[in-house]
Parts: sequence; C-alpha cells; structure tokens
Amino acid sequence: MVLNNIEKLLEKYENGETTLKEEQQLKNYFSQETVASHLEMYKPMFAYFKVNQQEQFTKDVPLKTKRIFNYKWISVAAVAVLMIGFYFKSNTQDDLGTYDDPQMAYNEVVKSLAMISTHFNKGASTVNYLNEMDKGTSAIGYLNEIENTRNLIFKPNNQ
Amino acid sequence: MTQTEFLNIVMPFKDKVFRLAKRLLVSTEEAEDATQEVLIKLWNNQSKFEEFKNVEAFSMTMTKNYCLDKLKSKQAQNLKIVHSNYQDHNISLQKDIEIKDSLDWVGRIIADLPEQQKMVIQLRDIEQYELDEISKMLDMNNTAVRVALSRARKTIREKLTNTHSYGIK
Repeated sequence: MVLNNIEKLLEKYENGETTLKEEQQLKNYFSQETVASHLEMYKPMFAYFKVNQQEQFTKDVPLKTKRIFNYKWISVAAVAVLMIGFYFKSNTQDDLGTYDDPQMAYNEVVKSLAMISTHFNKGASTVNYLNEMDKGTSAIGYLNEIENTRNLIFKPNNQ
Repeated sequence: MTQTEFLNIVMPFKDKVFRLAKRLLVSTEEAEDATQEVLIKLWNNQSKFEEFKNVEAFSMTMTKNYCLDKLKSKQAQNLKIVHSNYQDHNISLQKDIEIKDSLDWVGRIIADLPEQQKMVIQLRDIEQYELDEISKMLDMNNTAVRVALSRARKTIREKLTNTHSYGIK
C-alpha cells in the first residue's frame, strides 16, 4: 500500500512532476533503515541530497565599507570662503570722494589734463632724435656725386 | 546600509550560493572564491538592492553566470579544475564506508552530467526551489527546466542501478 504510493511518486519524480512536498515524502521514505529491495538504488541518491544540503560556506567575506565623499560639502566650503572674502573686502575704504563745486571740479580736471600733456610732450621730445637719422641718410646721398665725377674721368668703355 | 544589515540579508542564502558554485566548479577553494566574489559584488551594488525583487534569486543567477564564465576561461586556458578535496574523517565502520562510497558514486554521476542538468538538480533536489524560481534563476522556461530535471534524475537512477547491480546481473 505504502510501497505502491512510493512507486507512483517515483515515476512522477522521474518525470519532474512532483511537488516539493511529494519529494519530501520520498526523502523521508528513503531515509529509513529498511527500503524495499528493488528500490535500494534510490537510497544513496536521496541520502546524497540530504548530506549536501548541510554543507556550509565558512570563509569570511571581506566587506569594505565604501567611504563615499560627499561633494556637496565642497560647494558649502566655497560659498563660505566667498562670504568671508566679501566681508573683508567691504571693510576696506576705497571711496575717493567727489567735488561739490563745479568750478573746483573743472580746475582739477584742467590741472590733471595739463599734467598729462606735459608728460606727453616730454615723451614726444625724445622721439626728435630720429631726425638725426634722416640727416645721416642724406649724407649718404653725396656718394652719388662721387659716381658722377668718376664717370667724367674714366669714360665708360662701351661708349 | 550597514554591514550587519547586509549580512542579515545575505546569511540565509550564502550557503546555497556556495553549494551551487561547488557543484559547478567542483573544487572547494574555487567555490569559496566564487562565493566571495558574488557576495562582494552584491555589497558593492547594494544601492540597487531595491531594484532586485528577489535578492536571493538574483544572486543565484549571478553565481551561475560567474561559475560558467570561470569554467569557460579555464577551458580556454586548457586547464582543468582539479578536484582535490582531501578529507579524512576516520570512519571506521564498514557500513559507513559503504554508504560514503555510494554517496560518492552519486556525486560522481552528477559531476558527469551536463552543466545545465547539474544546476537544475542542485537547485531542485538539494536546495528545494520551486520550478518557477529555478526557471527565473537559470533564465530558462518552465518546461525546459522540467525536462532537464527529468533527464538528470533518470540518468542518475540508471547509472546507480548499474553500479548497484554490478557483478550481480
């Protein structure tokens, strides 16, 4: 009766149609001491499955904790630096003031323009030395005179 | 996510990952390396944890892919992973030795199966997953899983019968 049932299950088992529950039944049956002699060969198979279920992984797993650098803190630092920079900058006095009286402002402008023009003229006057250069080149023009007189003395051969 | 939280998620199935890796790679050391690799990959991708509906199934798939890659590269190098799990548990009883021997036979028979059948047998008969879960893990359809399972079981039974009745019939 029981054996009949087991044989039926075995057939289903070999066709891959048994459920996990039915397979458990088979495993239980074959883990007994005594098994029907014609089914003896199934015994090591199920015993093997059972033994192999117990094997364990014992090695350690080296898990590295990833330190994720948070880049948003860089922007926070940048903003802080900028704020400090502006704060110190606003403390320094760089207001030069202004004139209220137009006449005085005019005088000041004239004065500074005059200063610019004198300095400019001083610079331009040094450029005058370039005229010496012109004089030098005109002196080289006399060389042509020498050529003329030489032609007078030695008549060119091809004449 | 802290390490402890991660370990709490991973603990229940890390042995399954290891056993699947061992089924495919045979050697214990290789399987340990593979398991480590898979777990580290999971840890590094923990930000995507919510996207995976089932972390366990996902890691099984990852293990499968990793091991198959490994096997492929070993084949390309013309190297074979050598089975060298030397153990000596000092079983003195004759019967224990006999049982151990027949268990070894099952192990050897399974090792001779094609990779796909190995994985299906591992996931179904040892880890006891539902067929639907297996089909998702191995990226196969349901019928294909059933067929592979049936073939694997039949092969194991046939070979076991042969060994069992060796010299008798």
